Amino acid sequence: MLRYVLRRLLYSIPVFLGVVTIVFFVVRVIPGDPATAALGDYASKEAVDALRERMGLNAPLWLQYFRFLSDLLRGDLGTSLITGRPVAEQVQQALPFSLELTVVSILVGIVLGIPTGVYTATHRNQFPDYLGRVLSLAGLSVPAFYFGILLMLLFAIQLKWLPAIGGGDLGDPGENLRYLVLPSLTLGLVMTASVARLTRSAMLDVLSQDYMRTARAKGLRERLVLFRHGLRSALIPVVSLTGIWAVSLIGDSVTTEIVFARPGLGKMMVGAILQRDYTALQSIMVVYTGFVVIINLMADLVYGLVDPRIGR
Amino acid sequence: MTETAVATVNGAQTPEWTSSERRRLWRTFSRNRASLLGLVLVVLVVLASVAAPLLTSWDPYEQNPVDRLKPPNGSHLLGYDAYGRDVLARVLYAGRVSLVVGVASVLLGGIVGVVLGLVAGYFGGRLENLIMRFVDVLMAFPSLLLGLTVVAVLGPGFQNTILAIGIVLSPAFARVVHACALKLKSQQFVEAAQCVGAGHWRIMSVHILPNALGEVVVLASLWVASAIRIEASLSFIGLGVSPPTPTWGNMIRDGTQQLMNAPWLSVFPGIAILIAVLGFNLLGDGLRDVLDPRLRG
Repeated sequence: MLRYVLRRLLYSIPVFLGVVTIVFFVVRVIPGDPATAALGDYASKEAVDALRERMGLNAPLWLQYFRFLSDLLRGDLGTSLITGRPVAEQVQQALPFSLELTVVSILVGIVLGIPTGVYTATHRNQFPDYLGRVLSLAGLSVPAFYFGILLMLLFAIQLKWLPAIGGGDLGDPGENLRYLVLPSLTLGLVMTASVARLTRSAMLDVLSQDYMRTARAKGLRERLVLFRHGLRSALIPVVSLTGIWAVSLIGDSVTTEIVFARPGLGKMMVGAILQRDYTALQSIMVVYTGFVVIINLMADLVYGLVDPRIGR
Repeated sequence: MTETAVATVNGAQTPEWTSSERRRLWRTFSRNRASLLGLVLVVLVVLASVAAPLLTSWDPYEQNPVDRLKPPNGSHLLGYDAYGRDVLARVLYAGRVSLVVGVASVLLGGIVGVVLGLVAGYFGGRLENLIMRFVDVLMAFPSLLLGLTVVAVLGPGFQNTILAIGIVLSPAFARVVHACALKLKSQQFVEAAQCVGAGHWRIMSVHILPNALGEVVVLASLWVASAIRIEASLSFIGLGVSPPTPTWGNMIRDGTQQLMNAPWLSVFPGIAILIAVLGFNLLGDGLRDVLDPRLRG
């Protein structure tokens, strides 16, 4: 198992480096250059040159890339072109809001999705199954930001149960949670649709296997048959795809943060794009890449735990 | 080498469906109620957008300040927006933009991805390694974030949105076609084509590609759904198609300013997205069942 963990850990390094490299070069193919883009078309040549020098854009590309990586390793994310403050500082403020949203949403998706999938599979072609199938199809087709707006309309504007916008005070767990409920339900329920749909079809596959009949025939209780023999095997494809959905949830978290005006990384990223703050954009992408790599790594580890064939 | 030999080699591999086979495929497709529903929804959305001028007499751009934010009524079924424009007309015309962006970006991504996948799978070696590792890295990343980054570089706008979504979608096509090409290139009909002196491009385009086309079509119909969703998200953020051109995404964005007093501004375009995406998803699932039963989920 340890070798498996180490191997997955090593494998995530090239992915991280790959994305970081792509981001670095993408930012540098911007028509004109980041300095001109940041200062606008009417800036004087001197101002642009000064900014180019300050940003290190006059150095050869390989040297810039090397500096970028070595700064990154030291945790230095550069200075914002707009505010002049270290980007790391801003990221530090935004990160908790995005982190709690992502983690809680993924948990909602898994905790609701897997039992729903099992339940609908064991009640195939009955009312709960039809309802589950219709809802999960709707969940697969609805854009997260639209679902967020609907939840906001109902629970914040009509019923006034929960706050509509903002992130709440991180120091006050109760208030923080109230602000977290709607955004995390938005992302979590969208993910639930995918998880439930796949769990259902994986469970249906497993339920028709011979070993399930054997387990029942030897007199095991139904719960034991379903969970120890059935769900355990059905979980293998579920776990491998849940990683992928969790990653795409990060993309949707950007629009969800905008709907609920949460001061997280997604909102910061869109702000950086609109203000043409390319050092900030570059750094936020690096942080997001970190998210993606960690989620993939965790999915791999859970996969190793669920599937006994791996990790030996 | 004779013409007949080449013709036989070609004839042996190109899947030419006879009419009875086509009928059988249609039967399989139409027996599935969900796929039929998908087809109906897609046809409805396409018709409603194409025939927008016939369905509504209002101009989607005409502003009537007196009527701003008036709720739905008999002559304006979906009400007015903040500039006094008819929301129904805007939803219908927005469908054109969203559909064109969806289909065009899938075409673009499909063509780029198919070429990359074919080249990687057929030639192999270092080139394959380079292309496929690049594809792996792009696919490891959330599509919306990737799209945002591309738009950040290119700037918003109609063409750039298509370009951005096309780039985002291409790796998925590359991966599928790569797998097909790997499988097919060692088949006898490809060897036969090589023996009769067919060039690399001819083998790739005439002998390998047609056999991979089924999977590409299935993927394309599913990705149109995703493309419409990504376009809506980008336009919602304000980095997709720019106003005053209506798209479902930027209509929802405009509507969020008036969520308290005119919720219909956001709700109706969203329903349009839901119908379109659901239609393409169901249609894609149905096509997959018909064209590639092994992939059935």
